Amino acid sequence: MQLATVVMDAGGRFIDWGVLHVSVGNLIVVLVMLVVFALVLVLPFPGEREEQPRGGSR
Amino acid sequence: MTAPARATTAHTTLTERLRTRIEHTVPQGQALPDRQPAYVRSWVYVFGVLTLSAFLVVLVSGAILAVGGLTWWHTSSVGHFVNSLHLWSVEIFFATMVIHLWGKFWMAAWRGGRGLTWVTGVLLFLASIGTAFTGYLSQTNFDSEWISTQAKDGLNAVGIGAFFNVLNPGQMLLWHVVLLPFVVGLITVWHVVLVRRHGVVPPIDAVAPGETVPGDAPDLSTASQEEARP
Repeated sequence: MQLATVVMDAGGRFIDWGVLHVSVGNLIVVLVMLVVFALVLVLPFPGEREEQPRGGSR
Repeated sequence: MTAPARATTAHTTLTERLRTRIEHTVPQGQALPDRQPAYVRSWVYVFGVLTLSAFLVVLVSGAILAVGGLTWWHTSSVGHFVNSLHLWSVEIFFATMVIHLWGKFWMAAWRGGRGLTWVTGVLLFLASIGTAFTGYLSQTNFDSEWISTQAKDGLNAVGIGAFFNVLNPGQMLLWHVVLLPFVVGLITVWHVVLVRRHGVVPPIDAVAPGETVPGDAPDLSTASQEEARP
């Protein structure tokens, strides 16, 4: 019973900002996704270079 | 010029019709292409296949959980590991899917006759949310109890509580492991076939191989002039 009380009391930490109510964990995930999206747009893709035409047919 | 004799022959058997249907599902050479237009060499084009890869891990880890059962994933260290693998593959699945969604939204990926591709992506997103929701309800812990009691009033209010009872863990588990994964898998195949049929959407200022006007659907049956290995 004590264990159950401990688990049920572990409500987590939340941030309230106007109508926004989000847990710290979810906020971190969203921020990481935004950072990844920004990196996707600016990082060069590996192997980005001018390709030599193969066999002179193109 | 006369058409090949085969093209004018009526397909009379189901086998012939099915073979023809399969052969014409995507343009020749586009089922598993090893060359893509040069603009595909960008990280933004990676997140669709990352989502698909995460989905495969979700399916495999979920199948292993189904073999072991709930006492196994609650009490065994290996069960805990597979349970965590299932959770984190779902997290990556949704994260990569949403980044894929952001990228495609800002590219206006519905251009060039790709409207149905966009719509199937939206359906996939919604069906995946339902699958994840029933997964949370199937944890058999205090978290699943809390979520089910919080969800029941809302779902009853929209009128689906009579046949979709979130307080019934057996029903939620079966929705999670049978019905919804089947729906997600089916729409995934449909989505990927549409992408292969129409080709990946070009950037807004780029011209796809075979196109004359930016945004128009490319004719993938013609040879590309600006292809590069991804």
